[in-house]
Amino acid sequence: MKKVFMPLIMVVLLALIPYVAVTYLNMAYLFGVIIPYAAAFIFIAGFIWRIFDWLRRPVPFPIVTTCGQEKSLDWIKQNHLESPSTRFGAAMRVLTEVLFFRSLFRNTKAELHTGPELVYASSKWLWMGGLAFHWSLLIIGLRHARFFFIEPPAFINAIEHADSFLELTLPAFFMTDAIVLVALTFLVARRIRDAKLRIISLQTDFFPLFLIGGIVLAGMGMRYLERVDILSIKALMMGLVSFSFEAPSEIGALFFVHLFLVSMLAIYFPFSKLMHMGAIFLSPTRNLPNNSREKLHRNPWNKPGKFRTYAEYEDEFREKMKKAGLPVEKD
Amino acid sequence: MSKYAPRKAQLAREFLEKPTPLKGAQADREWWEMPVDFHDGNWCFPGKPDTLKAIGFPNPRKWAATDEDWQLPDGWEKIIHDGLKERLKKFRSLKLYLDSCVRCGACADKCHFFLGSGDPKNMPVIRAELLRSVYRNDFPMVKKILKGFSGSRKLTKEVIKEWHSYFYQCTECRRCSVFCPLGIDTAEITMVARELLNLIGVNNNWILAPVANCNRTGNHLGIEPHTFVQNIMSLVDDIEELTGITVNPTFNRKGAEILFITPSGDVFGDPGVYTMMGYLLLFHHIGLDYTISTYASEGGNFGLFTTNDMMKKLNAKMYHEAERLKVKWILGGECGHMWRVVHQYMSTMNGPADFLEEPVSPITGTKFTNATSTKMVHIAEFTADLIKHGKLKLDPSRNDHLRTTFHDSCNVSRGMGMLEEPRFVLNSVCNSFNEMPENTIREKTFCCGSGSGINAEEFMEMRMRGGFPRANAVRTVKKQHQVNALITICAIDRATLPPLMRYWNPGVAVYGLHELVGNALVMEGETPRTEDLRENPMAIAEEREDGDA
Repeated sequence: MKKVFMPLIMVVLLALIPYVAVTYLNMAYLFGVIIPYAAAFIFIAGFIWRIFDWLRRPVPFPIVTTCGQEKSLDWIKQNHLESPSTRFGAAMRVLTEVLFFRSLFRNTKAELHTGPELVYASSKWLWMGGLAFHWSLLIIGLRHARFFFIEPPAFINAIEHADSFLELTLPAFFMTDAIVLVALTFLVARRIRDAKLRIISLQTDFFPLFLIGGIVLAGMGMRYLERVDILSIKALMMGLVSFSFEAPSEIGALFFVHLFLVSMLAIYFPFSKLMHMGAIFLSPTRNLPNNSREKLHRNPWNKPGKFRTYAEYEDEFREKMKKAGLPVEKD
Repeated sequence: MSKYAPRKAQLAREFLEKPTPLKGAQADREWWEMPVDFHDGNWCFPGKPDTLKAIGFPNPRKWAATDEDWQLPDGWEKIIHDGLKERLKKFRSLKLYLDSCVRCGACADKCHFFLGSGDPKNMPVIRAELLRSVYRNDFPMVKKILKGFSGSRKLTKEVIKEWHSYFYQCTECRRCSVFCPLGIDTAEITMVARELLNLIGVNNNWILAPVANCNRTGNHLGIEPHTFVQNIMSLVDDIEELTGITVNPTFNRKGAEILFITPSGDVFGDPGVYTMMGYLLLFHHIGLDYTISTYASEGGNFGLFTTNDMMKKLNAKMYHEAERLKVKWILGGECGHMWRVVHQYMSTMNGPADFLEEPVSPITGTKFTNATSTKMVHIAEFTADLIKHGKLKLDPSRNDHLRTTFHDSCNVSRGMGMLEEPRFVLNSVCNSFNEMPENTIREKTFCCGSGSGINAEEFMEMRMRGGFPRANAVRTVKKQHQVNALITICAIDRATLPPLMRYWNPGVAVYGLHELVGNALVMEGETPRTEDLRENPMAIAEEREDGDA
């Protein structure tokens, strides 16, 4: 199980680096200021480059995967979401894909029974796990906005309030923290337990899961176990977003572990499959309307090509055609 | 049965006994450590040297997949690398789909070849990884540092063999792309991989021979114009014998209102010819002003399974002929991949067809607003409109000897979205229509297992495996509803499903939709019908006889 342990070891090592460096080598400035700036720069520039790199390549053909009834005769009901005929419809299709993972909702599990007989069972686990994972990450990300504003926007407060309404612990426990851990565990476990998933999984599939797991654990550790100085963190983060290079004050090593792993994630992001975050908006099977017989789709590299013309065809078969009583152009 | 397929009992036993990832086994090995295997029944004969020369394709030679040395041309690695680079520039889909797969596994058990073979490399995600692993090794920036980490590998002769095997165990049916949360389309990967393989002369005769034929004679079977006409005229005779009606198709006639193009399989192949008889009866019934071309006598386009350029070249004949004959618009027959090309590629490649008019049904006046640009209408759309307007005199009980189910062909359902039109027509022309299980129809339909140019006799084992999920779904309705007729709107299906049914579900015959239309049409002045277009007795005839006795 090299492909599971290697990435796990990598993440553990990555977590140890800032811990040792800050605790024993007094390198808080490097890990609190320089690396986060570098990571943010690589993330933003890399992300933009990757999107641009995709966008500059043409979409020569409208290759929509239609998952519902086309626009056809008036009395046939079109499926506007799964086979949209307008740009708006296609945008809705992508949006519901992004927000609700609609295609994963279709997921089934095939089983081979005696007969032999194939049986397909509805399988919503991946859909649920994926949705829980991505939505909690989004909410957790938004919650962090309070470190970047003196007075966080009202909706951020509302999200935070809703997320902690159970008030199980002090400080109030965030549900998303638990959800994301459960989802992560599920996503890792299925890659190990399901034979199909184990075969298809690469180290690059485990690494980001472990990395995000490390980030979550370090973050939760700071909040629920080994309390760190929130005010210093807020001062550092607000300094960073206002392009200040001031050294961080005494915070606590766990924070640097958290921040360093986030920095690693940011650096890794543009060069990895995590770019599916941007790709999902660009996928030509989903983001184009199914109107290719109605509106002309242009291919920028399409050139008039040579083909065998009717005249050449008639030249070869003229006598045979005449004998068969077929009309010809030239006698 | 074919010598290229194991006996059914043997295959069925293997399904249950062989450990595969589908049954939770084989998880201890990496896919790239599993060797490629060529044996009788799992590889298609390569293109013949003459065929390659006729279409100007590289590296003509005699070889076989089972050879140790495939006689690749000098510098084949560079040809592949450069070819891939060029295509990455031309297709956003390719780059995007190579870059963004998260290997979530949603596609894994959606492929009919995986379900029928249990071979892990037939999981769509790994099929794409076959190319992706090479792409990663050569292209992205972090390559050397993270080798092994990102699953990259070198391009070797073994990899070429693997590509040849598995990119011809993909029928470009796009079922996986329905389930993919990112919409990754394995067909896009397969198409490019096949283009690359063609660059070094690694190819498939069952695809290239039709391509060469189609280029020269206008159709896949290489039928010359006089024979083409003769064959349709013999169908005209058959129709007269059965119904007493003389239909009058015309050929290459200038000034006809509509040019009708259908796959040549409908003109020559059994049971496609019965579908052709259905078209001829229908057109006669409504007095359609149409003509058939011997030059553009092929609806299908095996260029789609070869290279983009070849697809464009073969397709160009349709508009070229429509312009020459000065027709108003084009009506297309029942076919799967033909409609993928017509619906998603034709006007982009060879249009705009400004010399044609926006299609209007001359019988009902209905404007086909969904085809205003391409100016080509699908026969199921056309017939559904006729039936809705009450323009056809139909007696569905003439199909009472058939208990039907409907097979959505991949391209028409997932590359066009035509789901309801054929069902409406079918329900209007027969009394017993039974849907197969929900997960096997419409956009989730299973491929016949032999699409995209792998319908070769010597590939029979893989075809019977790949077709197994489809056959299994038919078996369900055969058991539940005594279905004996599998209706399709695809000429490839009509060629591939009969052997599949004989193998897995004896007793189920394969029909084209318009064959049933032809059975049900009550023609003016016809002699009393007692037999369907296949000269099988209709149920009404039997009842009548029972009544007499």
